[in-house]
Amino acid sequence: MNGERRTVTVDNRTSLLDLVREHFGLTGTKKGCDAGACGACTVLVDGHRVNGCLTLAVRLDGAEVITIEGLSRDELHPLQQAFIDQDAFQCGFCTPGQIMSGVGCIRERHTGSASEIREWMSGNICRCGCYVKIVKAVQQAAKGR
Amino acid sequence: MFPFTYTKAADTRAAVAAGQRGGRFIAGGTTLVDLMRETVERPDTVVDISGLPLGEITTTRSGGVRIGALVRMSDAAADRRVRNTFPVISQALELSASAQLRNMATIGGNIMQRTRCTYFRDVSAACNKRAPGSGCAALEGFNRSHAILGGSSQCVATHPSDVAVAFAALEASVHLLGPDGERGVPFTEFLLRPGNTPEREHALRPGELITAVEIPAHPRPLRSGYLKVRDRQSYEFALTSAAVALHLGGGVVRAAKVAAGGVGTVPWKLTAVEQRLLGERPSDRLWTAAAAVAADDAEPLAHNEFKVELLKRTVERQLRVVGGTR
Repeated sequence: MNGERRTVTVDNRTSLLDLVREHFGLTGTKKGCDAGACGACTVLVDGHRVNGCLTLAVRLDGAEVITIEGLSRDELHPLQQAFIDQDAFQCGFCTPGQIMSGVGCIRERHTGSASEIREWMSGNICRCGCYVKIVKAVQQAAKGR
Repeated sequence: MFPFTYTKAADTRAAVAAGQRGGRFIAGGTTLVDLMRETVERPDTVVDISGLPLGEITTTRSGGVRIGALVRMSDAAADRRVRNTFPVISQALELSASAQLRNMATIGGNIMQRTRCTYFRDVSAACNKRAPGSGCAALEGFNRSHAILGGSSQCVATHPSDVAVAFAALEASVHLLGPDGERGVPFTEFLLRPGNTPEREHALRPGELITAVEIPAHPRPLRSGYLKVRDRQSYEFALTSAAVALHLGGGVVRAAKVAAGGVGTVPWKLTAVEQRLLGERPSDRLWTAAAAVAADDAEPLAHNEFKVELLKRTVERQLRVVGGTR
């Protein structure tokens, strides 16, 4: 978990989302729909972006999980900085999920155009409607890759 | 979510044995966990099969492609053999769900996913699929997204998968491992129409495990593609969709494989459209004429009459995209 080995005993109904929020106190990852429809809970498991709400924690024995808190150590991750530079959020609730998804999107190299980014970021809903600037932020971070 | 026992299958034999005892297999978990939280699914035992060696994509001796049941949707879509041989499969996969879900969900799980009918997902509603004999709230309810083909007086829920439409078009088969060994089932016979038993959705016998989906070799060059029409541009289920694969030779259509999604209780093979195309010279007029028979058997409901015309136009447009404008 964010570079640290963690051993816990949890009810086997516990989702990865509830594990990080309720058991590890890492509340950056957000619970939006809890049904795989909004992307607010996006985290990286073994380097791939996934929905934390649909992942049973008991299935992650030996897995590497990165949440927004573990994305970067001392300074902001380039995509975090890009979200600030581009003013890519209003209320901020979807932002950690957007950023984790954006990191995945950049790693998957689906940043060739604005429309490609929009398509490959469609699993993250922003009810404030910051999509235009989110795309710009992903473009900015992808450029520096 | 109701309590359950969680186990991990050490090998395929152990998985089959656990399945025979009533365990529910979990791979990507994107449907099962969601429906367990809604208490639509209440398994006593969940058997994690993600460690089984079913994650390979191979080219078959005859030139087909075999996709292991545990291959992730994202990996299947990106695979060079799949992309080059059957673009319709890659396109159907990449137009499905979201990038996150595609990183989790597997090919076997994708074809096993349950319907998105809102009444099925709402445990307070009547649903013959979820609670046999309780009725079907969709028949008289809000049925805009429901099936116009293959429905019954018991159920009109659509099968939500996109890649299953491509599999149906390409006449894939499903490889199964069960207590009595291996067997293969044609894809179009694997998923069942509701009839009087809407709770029976597939041809799996107790304990049987999907090991792979195999797409047979088709005459080359094969042009193929998938068109999905929906209420929003991305991350949405199909209102209508069309999987089209064509082999043109000597100036005529030599092979035509066509299926539709979003309109049927199962992925809908459009045999009449295929027949109309065979031996004919490609032309805009042909695409229109063939697509005109796509919805001949349709029985629309109160809110989805629009799907009849939309289906024909979807098929026509994708025939033109794949076959070319002339």
